[in-house]
Amino acid sequence: MSFRDNPFGEIRLPLLLGAAAAAIVALIIAFAVLMVDRRQTYQTGAYNALRKVSDEVLAPVTGAVAAPVRWAGGVAEGIGGYFFAASENRRLRAELTAAQAWRERAVALAAENARYRALLGLSVDPPVPMVTARAVGESRGPYANTRLINAGSDRGVRVGHPVLSENGLVGRVIGVSPRVSRILMLTDAASRTPVMIQRTRARAILTGDGGWAPELAYLRGRDAARDGDLVLTSGDGGVLPQGITVGRVVRGVDGGWRVRLASDAAPIDFIRVLLFEDFVKLEDLRAMNLPSPPPPPTAILQGIGPPASAGAPAGKPQKAQP
Amino acid sequence: MTAVAHPLRISRWVGAPLAGALLASLLLAAPIRLLGLPLPEPVTLMAPAFAWAMIRPSVSPALALLGGGLALDGLWGTPAGLWALALLAAYLPVLALRNTLAGQSTAVLWVWYALSCLIAQSVGWLIIVWVAGAAPSLVAAGLQWLSTVLLFPVAALLIEYFRDADVRFR
Repeated sequence: MSFRDNPFGEIRLPLLLGAAAAAIVALIIAFAVLMVDRRQTYQTGAYNALRKVSDEVLAPVTGAVAAPVRWAGGVAEGIGGYFFAASENRRLRAELTAAQAWRERAVALAAENARYRALLGLSVDPPVPMVTARAVGESRGPYANTRLINAGSDRGVRVGHPVLSENGLVGRVIGVSPRVSRILMLTDAASRTPVMIQRTRARAILTGDGGWAPELAYLRGRDAARDGDLVLTSGDGGVLPQGITVGRVVRGVDGGWRVRLASDAAPIDFIRVLLFEDFVKLEDLRAMNLPSPPPPPTAILQGIGPPASAGAPAGKPQKAQP
Repeated sequence: MTAVAHPLRISRWVGAPLAGALLASLLLAAPIRLLGLPLPEPVTLMAPAFAWAMIRPSVSPALALLGGGLALDGLWGTPAGLWALALLAAYLPVLALRNTLAGQSTAVLWVWYALSCLIAQSVGWLIIVWVAGAAPSLVAAGLQWLSTVLLFPVAALLIEYFRDADVRFR
């Protein structure tokens, strides 16, 4: 009997069929999970309970796993700093000299701006409180660009809050658990951010695609952008505060305008979450939505005279009709 | 040289590679840079998925890929079910073609492994287009595919290790 004619030959087909059937059943289950996840997201924007639990479990694990590598990186950085201390010192001195001149100019401009604001009666945005946190895990793939941070609802973080590094905007919070939050990075395929070009004030939507430089979509106007233009948040729609640094305009390989993110200048380990509420929400919306009082009855208006726009005469308050 | 047959206990040929792949993904999810560059993000489960289909047909790899895929979705924040679907979609054709692939040279198997990785990436790409309504960058998807293809030696090692474990599937 040859080796291929072994007595177990006839059970090969059922096993193969069984494995294929199991794989197909698993495929159907996975598809059902995908549908349920998508439905939940669209119905309520909810960050479902399973994701909250998995984030809560993963955050400490990834934090612990990353710790030795982070320490090793810190040691390497310390050694580099020791050897390059002299050149670093020279560079910092030159920067300090340049910054002192800018400081005087900035102080003068701030005083001038404050005077103009007072003269014009402009109301400025109130200061925004913030929370500092550490990134404990990240995904950098083409289908998800997210980060886990070790601050959650117990520190006031909520879905939609903008997240910044020391260099610029990083993304916004999309999921919150008691001690952990997940951030959607600007580069994620689902990320859309209203931005403007500082030089021209031209508006655009920063659209992520999983690559390193998100695209500037819906950019309008002639010469709206040039290589190297600074890109800021526009504040349109009230989702983000205006004027946060996003990055610099670059020409993509496809010929379109893209943005090299300012936050990519350094590793994103420590971040700040702006506890920002849309400033529109600071108004008393209930009071604003109350129906306006009805116009005064024509009999009273006739008694007053033709210039109805002048309002009621002094000393005779109008009575609101029920 | 005499080949040693390693017994096919589920914990050895399914459990250990599954745990190893997930642990590797966890390590690579650390928010650190080496030499100024971010760490790569290969789909580590592709290596055992290919090897499981080659070693022998069984029910347990399908379940492992379902669970492992869902775990990857939790780790990376992708829509739940995306990686389970992508991995199973890549596993099924290899399972169907395992008789053809058995005995092929390492280079040929590497090409087939790259093709199965391409299937997984394509399924993931299509799901994101459907869910997010936007096409992910092909360059970014290509880089992830490339880093996953480079994991073939792990799959080859698993295949070699368990090749003679079950005489019915030699």
